[in-house]
Amino acid sequence: MTGLVAANAGADVWHELFGREDYGELLALVGDSLVAGAVLGVVGGLVSVFVMMRDLAFAVHGIAELSFAGASGALLVGADVVAGSLAGSLVAAVLIGALGVGARDRNSIIGVVMPFGLGLGVLFLSLYKGRAANKFGLLTGQIVAVDTPRMTWLIGTCVLVLAALAVMWRPLTFASLDPDVAAARGVPVRALSPVFTVVLGLAVAVSIQVVGALLVLSLIVTPAAAAMRVTAAPLLVASLSVAFAVVSVVGGILLALGSSVPISPYVTTLSFTIYLACRAAGAMRARRGRGSAAPANA
Amino acid sequence: MSGRGGATPPGDGNGRDQGHARVTAQAELSLRGAALSYGDRTLWQGLDLDLRRGEFVAVLGPNGSGKTSLLRVLLGVRPLSAGTLLVRGRPPRRGSDLIGYIPQHKAAAAHTPLRARDLVRLGIDGHRWGLPTGGARARRRTGELLAAVGAAGYADAPIGLLSGGEQQRVRVAQALATGPRVLLCDEPLLSLDPHHQRAVSALIDGRRRSHGTAVLFVTHEINPILHLTDRVLYLAGGRFRIGTPEEVLTSPVLSELYGSPVEVFRTGERIVVAGAPEPREPGAPS
Repeated sequence: MTGLVAANAGADVWHELFGREDYGELLALVGDSLVAGAVLGVVGGLVSVFVMMRDLAFAVHGIAELSFAGASGALLVGADVVAGSLAGSLVAAVLIGALGVGARDRNSIIGVVMPFGLGLGVLFLSLYKGRAANKFGLLTGQIVAVDTPRMTWLIGTCVLVLAALAVMWRPLTFASLDPDVAAARGVPVRALSPVFTVVLGLAVAVSIQVVGALLVLSLIVTPAAAAMRVTAAPLLVASLSVAFAVVSVVGGILLALGSSVPISPYVTTLSFTIYLACRAAGAMRARRGRGSAAPANA
Repeated sequence: MSGRGGATPPGDGNGRDQGHARVTAQAELSLRGAALSYGDRTLWQGLDLDLRRGEFVAVLGPNGSGKTSLLRVLLGVRPLSAGTLLVRGRPPRRGSDLIGYIPQHKAAAAHTPLRARDLVRLGIDGHRWGLPTGGARARRRTGELLAAVGAAGYADAPIGLLSGGEQQRVRVAQALATGPRVLLCDEPLLSLDPHHQRAVSALIDGRRRSHGTAVLFVTHEINPILHLTDRVLYLAGGRFRIGTPEEVLTSPVLSELYGSPVEVFRTGERIVVAGAPEPREPGAPS
């Protein structure tokens, strides 16, 4: 008897998570969101490579909180939410870039700014009298609700981020690995740092539209963190990171489609599962050694 | 060696300087009346130094005496406060192909997404804008550089998995990528065990013998490179002394330089300096 009840309850949860019979019709409705999700995956996958190399995971979180404040402020005054979150991100990026030069400095600035941003966001949301779903969406993601003008913003920002990354890829890699040597070779290390922080701010602002402010790390840190577990070849790291991020976002949207649950748990779960798999693969690889037959003779 | 400053190049015919007798030969690096100050604190002044082809000059001195700052000047990253610097007769330029830079060993993060060959490749074209390109010439050159430092066996190994000595070999290869005339080394042996210290310093020495590359070697510890050193530049307390190790590393010279009694002992091939006072401003830029 109890088994039957449990099975029934299980079926309900299953239906809640993955249900809906009219899946095909829904799919047609979210075509644009899938495109946006894929583009965001590409952006998140590539940006996360540098976030990992530069040890900026905490900065991503800090930028996301201010971006959330910007978006909720925009929601309150009836302005465009994407523009609001972009504005918040950029303020955070400039603050972090201008005030935090060293890593320790940077982390304390972020630690100070982050709760303030989150507090502002909470204030704006509590003053907002509109639909509750809009409020929740800022924290946990809402891409299914992306409309055409917002879509234009998203794609435009993504293209800008990708173009900036393409231009500075090599010197940014050099500066992230070895700032002193890069500076000696003529790389403008000091200028690249704030420029990258702004690019990161833009990427965070657009990612928030998918997974929300609280879960942005799953798109801008996890993919590269996973890829780096299985390879050190730069091209492969970037490609895998993009693949992981795209699979997480697009897969998350598709899984969420039939359910009443927001997409972010699907995205974060996919992303985390990929990370775990990569860790396991990386551990096996480490046991085999570093993959070169010749003995070290240094 | 009398008087302060020690600006006179050693020409006393003790055998080490015969190869440099042709005074007409242009110096690879040339400092004249050079000074460097931070605010009202002068690290050194009145510095005259000619670094000649194939010469190995060790730069010694306590923390905060301006050793690393000197390298930053020579790299074109910092301007001199006074005096002139010429690199092969021209003003210094940041990122010049004439100068190679070997930094201190700093352990790379375990999952750094680069292999040994990628690190060397950054030395070839890492400063250029744009995406990495798959140039066959750069790939071949990377292979040659790795082979020249004996690192071909781990060319594809992640740099996070290399030992300290292996990483430094790869950094030497990176520094040689542009075929520099001068190698600037900032304590490249620090935190390496004696075996790797010998291997890496032999590599640098080999390059200077085969290509006539001049070497300026900043170090805390002279002994691992004493047998390679042609001249010593000793910086301390805002003053300096230049000469052969035998001339500079003596009790009277260092006592005068530090302004307090310093004992220099020689035991076989080793030199031990005792009683050198600690710098008063340990936090000052070195």
